[in-house]
Amino acid sequence: MTWTTLQTAMADQGYIASGDLAMALHLSLSLGRPLLLEGAAGVGKTEVARVLAAVQDTQLIRLQCYEGLDAAQAIYEWNYQRQLLAIRAASEDGETGKTVEARIFSDEFLLERPLLKAIRQDKAPVLLIDEIDRADEEFEAYLLEILSEFQITIPEMGTIKATTHPIVILTANGTRDLSDALRRRCLYAHVPYPDHETELSILVTRYPDITDRLCAQIVGFVQALRKQELEKKPGIAEMLDFAAALMGLGVADLTADPAILQATLTTLLKTQMDRDAIPTEIAQRLAGKAA
Amino acid sequence: MSRVTKFAARDPGPGARMAGFVAHLRANGLRLGVGETGIALDALTHIDAANPHDTRRALKSVFTGCAEEAAQFDGLFDSFWMNGGRVKTRVTPTAKPSESENVHSNREAHADADRNTGAGEVSTPDGGEGEAEADGEGKLVATDVTNLFKKDLRELVRPEDIAAAEKIALRLGAALRDRRSRRRKAARKGDQIHFRKVMRQSLATGGEPIVLPKRQRPDRTLRITAICDVSGSMTVYSRIFLAFLAGLMRADPRADAYLFHTRLVRITEALRDKDALRALARLSLLAEGFAGGSKIAESLDRFAGTYGRRFVDNRTVVMILSDGYDTASPEGMSEALARLKKRGCKIIWLNPLKGWDGYAPTARAMAGALPYLDLFRAANTLDDLAALETELARL
Repeated sequence: MTWTTLQTAMADQGYIASGDLAMALHLSLSLGRPLLLEGAAGVGKTEVARVLAAVQDTQLIRLQCYEGLDAAQAIYEWNYQRQLLAIRAASEDGETGKTVEARIFSDEFLLERPLLKAIRQDKAPVLLIDEIDRADEEFEAYLLEILSEFQITIPEMGTIKATTHPIVILTANGTRDLSDALRRRCLYAHVPYPDHETELSILVTRYPDITDRLCAQIVGFVQALRKQELEKKPGIAEMLDFAAALMGLGVADLTADPAILQATLTTLLKTQMDRDAIPTEIAQRLAGKAA
Repeated sequence: MSRVTKFAARDPGPGARMAGFVAHLRANGLRLGVGETGIALDALTHIDAANPHDTRRALKSVFTGCAEEAAQFDGLFDSFWMNGGRVKTRVTPTAKPSESENVHSNREAHADADRNTGAGEVSTPDGGEGEAEADGEGKLVATDVTNLFKKDLRELVRPEDIAAAEKIALRLGAALRDRRSRRRKAARKGDQIHFRKVMRQSLATGGEPIVLPKRQRPDRTLRITAICDVSGSMTVYSRIFLAFLAGLMRADPRADAYLFHTRLVRITEALRDKDALRALARLSLLAEGFAGGSKIAESLDRFAGTYGRRFVDNRTVVMILSDGYDTASPEGMSEALARLKKRGCKIIWLNPLKGWDGYAPTARAMAGALPYLDLFRAANTLDDLAALETELARL
């Protein structure tokens, strides 16, 4: 598979990837290295992993990171309640300590969390480590070890080696700076907001029955909106919601009804400050230009 | 593709060229190790390496690691492979810290500072306002009028002060705790049962959990990074603040200290000198230009872009000791602090003027800074600093 075939395969799944992104994904697949995707919220970073899993016809395993994420949530945990029950049951049956111990620290009592699950699949899954910048440095260091060795050590069981190497995709949107060590382990692609052409094709791919005129207007409007001073610029998902809202309301021309346009802006602007920044006149002007 | 660079016939081959390219990237500030060269060569076997566009994309994903590097990469690629290298291309100046990531000596900090004062000013505008300015013709570059008021800090700071400050710094350091963790660790007293331990210990009693070990959020210490303004307007207070810094350095081995007036200087190592007076002597040498003007916003921005990237994280408290008198625009200050804040740290500003009756942060820079501060307090004596303890504990 070359990067262009990967790009078309992804387009078939409804994801329009830029050349840079497709190349990075292709290399990540062929070199077996993790890929770090960075970009503003709402540019489709998470979606990349979902589509890649579909293209590769494999499972997607997702680990959502957050402040304070620890090994018990990310890697594995023992099922303590069952272990307790098993010990009690064993003592009633008169089992000896050694056999009980071997039993309660076995696979049966192990709760797999995403990272462990990802390295124990028969077919290499896509492992999405979402918003890695929200997790703390300790976790980042943990991750480094797993990403380079592809093995996990459980004190009671020994080391578990990966049966297959998962395709690892990390996403970040700059909540904090990542360590250089992590960046160096990964290939990198920056995912920007799509350009006019790309966004048009995304919209058409998702809503094939949209009229050309409305399509051009929507994309022009959203692109113009992103150039405004906003706290949170509308992403692709917002743009699609906006289109869906307009189509649902049966709007054929963006400039036709200022009230409807203003009402549907709720799908694009998600803070009070941003709403205030785009009053009806500005919205109308942007829509007029986009037409 | 006539633009492709022609390499000399004696060129040893693609491996060496790639190594040359990596060296070229390193020279332009990308942080690359030996491993990347290998990965890059490996990557080229998976693509059509004869196609420059493919190669560019492939190498971009291997060699870059953040958005700024990705933006810079295309130019660097062109200049090496696309015959752009013939003309001596302008090296985009980025305010870089010293290259060696693991050596933190004041020597390097000094050298860093020197670089900005020398004749190299034209090619390294550290304000970051850009190439246009650096390239402009006939632009007058002021020879850095470093007002070398040579002040001997030993006249300013007495050893008793340092000893007193050391005690205060110790207490402040202990008051600063990070309690945000959602992780839990085994502890004598805690709010949750440590199930893993319960299991282990109940094995001994036949599965009867008799002791219930607990776990608790670990208390982590925060690192203090102090940035002290030693410009002319601050001279009166410098005595206190420098004593405090010296005390802090001696009390807390993880703390970090910087001075700025028109430049930023790292003084951590100098202050760690065992002999307190000798430390100050070393400091005097570093702090040339002491009691001159100040460029707060610029210095803070420089800090955020250089040392901040290495030493500031979400368990750091950045303590700024300054009166906020800066002629630059408030936007500059806001931007610098926003950039610093993005590292996840807490920012405390101790302003000696705030102690005055009826003081309002009207200095424009100060007004721009306010939204980013976690704590804004007065401090012009050691007692004031000591009084901060309770406030810091609440942070």
